[in-house]
Amino acid sequence: MSPTRRALLATGTALALVGPAIAKAVPKVVVIGGGFGGATAARALHRGGLDVTLVEVNPTYVSCPFSNEVIAGLQPMAAQRFGYDGLVRAGIRVVHEAATGIDSEARRVTLADGTALPYDRLVLSPGIDLRFDAIPGYDQAAASRMPHAWKAGEQTLLLARQIAAMPENGTVLLSVPGNPYRCPPGPYERASLIAHVLKTRKPRAKLILLDAKDTFSKQRLFQSAWATLYPTQLEYVPLAEGGQVSAVDPDAMIVRTDFADYKADVACIIPPQRAGRIAAIAGVADRSGWCPIDPVTFESRLMPGIHVIGDAAIAGAMPKSAFSANAQGKVCADAVIDLLAGRAPETPKLINTCYSLVAPGYGISIAGVYHPAGGVLADVEGAGGISPVDAPMTLRAQEALYAADWYRTITRQVFG
Amino acid sequence: MVAAWLLAGPMGMALAAERPPPGASSCAGCHAEGAAMGAIDGRPETEIAAALTAYRSGERPASVMSRIAKGFSDAESQAIAAYLSRQPAAAVEQSNATSQERP
Repeated sequence: MSPTRRALLATGTALALVGPAIAKAVPKVVVIGGGFGGATAARALHRGGLDVTLVEVNPTYVSCPFSNEVIAGLQPMAAQRFGYDGLVRAGIRVVHEAATGIDSEARRVTLADGTALPYDRLVLSPGIDLRFDAIPGYDQAAASRMPHAWKAGEQTLLLARQIAAMPENGTVLLSVPGNPYRCPPGPYERASLIAHVLKTRKPRAKLILLDAKDTFSKQRLFQSAWATLYPTQLEYVPLAEGGQVSAVDPDAMIVRTDFADYKADVACIIPPQRAGRIAAIAGVADRSGWCPIDPVTFESRLMPGIHVIGDAAIAGAMPKSAFSANAQGKVCADAVIDLLAGRAPETPKLINTCYSLVAPGYGISIAGVYHPAGGVLADVEGAGGISPVDAPMTLRAQEALYAADWYRTITRQVFG
Repeated sequence: MVAAWLLAGPMGMALAAERPPPGASSCAGCHAEGAAMGAIDGRPETEIAAALTAYRSGERPASVMSRIAKGFSDAESQAIAAYLSRQPAAAVEQSNATSQERP
């Protein structure tokens, strides 16, 4: 027996007197993706005493929640940007490099600079990738003429500039994909707030909302508000009336459906989506492009040791929202801590609340409570739902205030 | 760090931070000091439990909480109330610290 091995055994014996746990090194968890889900999970895992590394390529996070308000000139872009100093101050190691490889056998993440990060468990919170292969004519280059603005940043500002610069009697085209996609009510909030801009600054202009489906989140609330607030500004075209975009021509600024060609002054095309790039590299995305997970632990159904949270996950009835990602980040962290300690994770319950503005001072909401049932995250029967359809304006004003306060609270909690 | 993990590990659960009961970790998504929804950490257990019961029955009007409270049984609500009541009102301490830092 080598001296080293004997020494190790001796140490092991000594430690065995104190207890089996003390012989273990601090388990390492790597979190990839520093949005609402990943940053939340990193904080919770760090609080649980684990050795946490957060990998996020961008030094600044740009929040999608409230970016529709930026497009409408109701909120400065600066209010969307968050750095990672708060996480670093909390003691979390933050690495601003792209993750380029995952070896799930060796349990190791490789970064673009060649660094290898070993892990005991890996948490992926990669958000979404836009599918530039889904709508003929809508590729990456087309997005510079017809912004998606579905990842906040330069795209958000581009769309805001285009709307401000469009003719007085111009036409805005906004297209919405089929389910599932990031932020189910988001396109309808965007349509509402652009219609508000048109109504107040270009009353002869209009917005045509082309939808690849016939029903959507908070539909009755949105449509009732549109009828009152934007009867001439906003025209809704559901799937049944030819709302699905079949192709775009960005040079001619034409958006095609099977029923008509629309000439647009501004075209915002929200394309179909899939889980962020690293999900496919890790082998946790299925043929749908999204990631099936265990509803108790958020561990991948496809790859043991890797957990997926946020927009990338197939979270059953839970919508792809920042609130969901935040709630999932905490529950997933607790499960990871339990699994690493050899305990069975407790069956969780999760909440989502999602506010939308249809005009300044006019807020509406949807809420839900979720639990694992039948292998997925299912709605808890009898809970959740949308704001009352016949509510006084005082409630709409209150929900608008709650929306703003939710944003301030969650961004402070996650990034502050 | 090692010590923290060991305390949180199988040997010393009692010393680790208290684990929230199902649903409780979602509350902080909205509830914080300075927000219109108000902070709930450190509020009396009976007050939180009574509020959840009244939201669930519809006796206390609400925008969102009536819809959320219906997702929790009496026992679950009671556990959430007990847990939240034991949490330090951290945000209040923070805002005090901030005001002390001001010249």
